[in-house]
Order: sequence, then C-alpha cells, then structure tokens
Amino acid sequence: MWEALKRLYHRMGSPKWFYEISTRWLPWFAIPAGLCLIVGTVWGLAFAPADYQQGNSFRIIYIHVPAALLAQSAFAMMAMAGAVFLIWRMKMAAWVAASIAPIGASFCFLALITGAIWGKPTWGTWWVWDARLTSMLLLLFLYFGVMALQQAMDTEDNSAKAGAILSLVGLVNIPIIKYSVDWWNTLHQPATLTLTEKPAMATEMLIPLLIMIAGFYLLFATLVFLRTRNKILWHERKKSWVNKLIQTPAGRS
Amino acid sequence: MSLVTATIKRDLVIAARNPGEWLNPLMFFLMVLALFPLAVDPDPNFLAKIAAGVVWVAALLSTLLSLDSLFKADVEDGTLEQWLASGESLYAMALGKAFTHWCISGLPLTIVAPLLALMMNLPENAYSALFFSLLLGTPILSLLGAVGAALTAGVRSGGLLLSLVILPLYTPILIFGASAVYHAGIEMEYLGQLGFLASFLCMAMTLTPFAVAGALKLNLSR
Repeated sequence: MWEALKRLYHRMGSPKWFYEISTRWLPWFAIPAGLCLIVGTVWGLAFAPADYQQGNSFRIIYIHVPAALLAQSAFAMMAMAGAVFLIWRMKMAAWVAASIAPIGASFCFLALITGAIWGKPTWGTWWVWDARLTSMLLLLFLYFGVMALQQAMDTEDNSAKAGAILSLVGLVNIPIIKYSVDWWNTLHQPATLTLTEKPAMATEMLIPLLIMIAGFYLLFATLVFLRTRNKILWHERKKSWVNKLIQTPAGRS
Repeated sequence: MSLVTATIKRDLVIAARNPGEWLNPLMFFLMVLALFPLAVDPDPNFLAKIAAGVVWVAALLSTLLSLDSLFKADVEDGTLEQWLASGESLYAMALGKAFTHWCISGLPLTIVAPLLALMMNLPENAYSALFFSLLLGTPILSLLGAVGAALTAGVRSGGLLLSLVILPLYTPILIFGASAVYHAGIEMEYLGQLGFLASFLCMAMTLTPFAVAGALKLNLSR
C-alpha cells in the first residue's frame, strides 16, 4: 500500500504522466459532477420542503454553503500544494497551486454574493458586518494577495515560491483571523443579526445539500485538472510529446 | 560582534543620520489622525468614541509605509548575498531586521501616540491601554510586515503590492488592539485583549522568521 502510494506520488511529479492519466480521469470527475449538480439543484429548488421561518428564500443555501466550504478548503489545498513544492521542488505542485488560486477566489466570491442575496430577504440588508461574512471577505483578500504576488514576480520559479510562502503564512493566519473576527463581532453586535439558530436540519433538506457539496467538490477537481493540464501544455510546449500530441488529429494519446 | 548585531547597529546609525526615515512615518501618522475630525465630525464626544479605532488604523498604516524599504537596499547592493555567504542564520537576521524596523517605526509611534490621542479626545483611563497595546502590537506589525517586505523586495513598485499582501494578515492585531483601548475607555477589563496580543507576539516571533528567511532567498536568483 505504502509503496504503491509512493510510486503514485513520484509519478505525479511527471507532467507527461499527469497529463495522460488526467485525460483518463477527467470524465470520472466531470460526469459525476454534472449529475450531482443537476440532481442536487433540482431536488433542492423544487422538491425539498420550504423552511418554516424563511420560506423559499433559504433555498440559496444549496449554492451558498458548498461554495463557502470549498473556498476555505481550496485555500488549504493551495497552501499544501505550495508546501509540497517548497519541500520537494516538484514543479507539478506549483502548477496545481497556481491553478487553484483563481478557482478558490471565484468560489469565495460566489459565497459572498449568494450570502448578500440571501441577506436581503432574511436580514433586510445586502451586507452586515456579520462575523462569518467578514471572515469570508478577508479570505477573499488573502486570495487576491496571493494572486497579485504571483503575477508580480518576474520568473516562474519565484512566482511559485512567493505564492507558496504567502499561502502558508495565510493558512496559519486563517484560524486566527476567523476566531478574532468571531470574537470581535460577538462583542460589538449582539446576536440580533446572526442567522436564526440553526435548527438541526431536516433530512429532506440535508440530503440535497450533501449532494450539492459532493457536486461542488467534483466540479472543483474537474476545473483544477483542466487548468493544470493547460499549464502543463504551456510549460512543456517545446517538448516532443506535446508536439506529437498537437499534431495527432484526435488529440488523444 | 556578530553579523546580526552589526547589521542592527548599522541600520540604527543610518536611521539616526537620516531623521526622515523615522520622522516621516510619524508625520504621516499625525496627518492621518488630523483627517478624521476634518472629514467626519470634530465633536469631542464623537471623537472620543472613534479615537481607539482611528489611532490604531493610523498606526497600522504608518507602519506599512516604512516597510517597503526594509530589505530593498540590501537586495539591490548585494548585501543579501553576503549574509548568505557568511553562513550566519537567516532566521536571526530576519528577527534582527524586524527589530530595527520596530525601533524606527513602532517604538516612536508608541511613545508619541498617547500625545496624539489627546487631540482625539481619548477617554483618560484609556491611555495606559493605548500605550501597552501599541507596545505589544507594533512588534507584530513589524514581524508580519517583514514577510511581505521580503517577498516583494525584488518587485518594482512593490509598495502597493506589499499592502495588498499584508493588510488581511493585520486584521487580528487591529481587532484586539483597538478593542483593548475601547474597553479601557468605557472602564472595562482589557487585560484579556493584551494577553491575546502578547500571545500573537510570541507566535509571530517564533514563526515569521522562517517565512522571511524563505522569502529572502527568492531574491538571490535574479
């Protein structure tokens, strides 16, 4: 088992191998992602029962919660890929980290937007300085910082290293930011504006949510694969295997 | 004398001979403070209410202003290569650089802040909280800022980028620092907030030098 894992890990370091294997893996992520998203959306929007307090407006939860979850775990994944790059100097890890950054930022933005849309009917305003909203906003700023830094560096290698260092520093800081923002808000605003006490969610509501979360993760994996494949092609464009790939009409090896 | 103490001494001597280096951030601090009564409301009661937050925000911005040049000269004239060739630990060097930065930005600011808080009509019992929260908080600003400064040292016009990268990381310090001053002003317990700042300081002192050392090495390849 351990040996097999180690072998897989070493192979992952080869762009060519990753490109070929991901061609085979892609449908296994993309198709279930599409299915989960369709089933989850239809079930969540049309068949799940309405909330007894918020009525139908709660249904945005099926986009909001998966996006927020993913935005946070994507940052952790980006930092871990960065650490792999810093420690083992594996180019592939740097490309994966660079692919994750804009995708994670988009999910973070999506979570903020859906949060604002949800806030309007429930809280009566688009934006409140609620602890959760604020820490999501700061997470978005962290993503922006990482992306800006990656872009400003003049060499590929430096951009990857700087991004990795910053995302690791950010990873250590995220829990601190989250808890200090929670603490700040509970002191300044009493709980008038926080979400209604989360009632243990009914199963009929929970199942579509879980399906949506699975769908979002699969979609995320698909997107990361696609972006990483593009990066591989770009960086290896002078290699013979890429040239051969481009010249074969079907584009498949 | 070790390389680290020699560098600290050199930087302090340079700062002493160019008073602008430590005076400019202070003047910036003063000017930012003056903007708030002009733009918002000069009413003393209102100022007393926002003083804690405004003083902390101004302190944070003026620290940020002086960070940009922290490693620039050393990267450009090759001093950085000499540090690495000397075999001296970069960890200690990072701590030393953050310490000098604090001496020329955080420390004078901490000393002057109570005086300026007078103009913001800060409640009387908040002065000690302001002093101690800045004393504990500004070194963290320097340490975290050193990470950003090292990352952006080789980037042209890195100043704006530095702010983008570092400001989100500064928020916990701002929250606890401003809250300590605010709570002291309304005669509530504020030792808890200072305790948090002290623990952040310990954490920053042990962890950030690793990141600074790693980031400094980036500048070698150019």
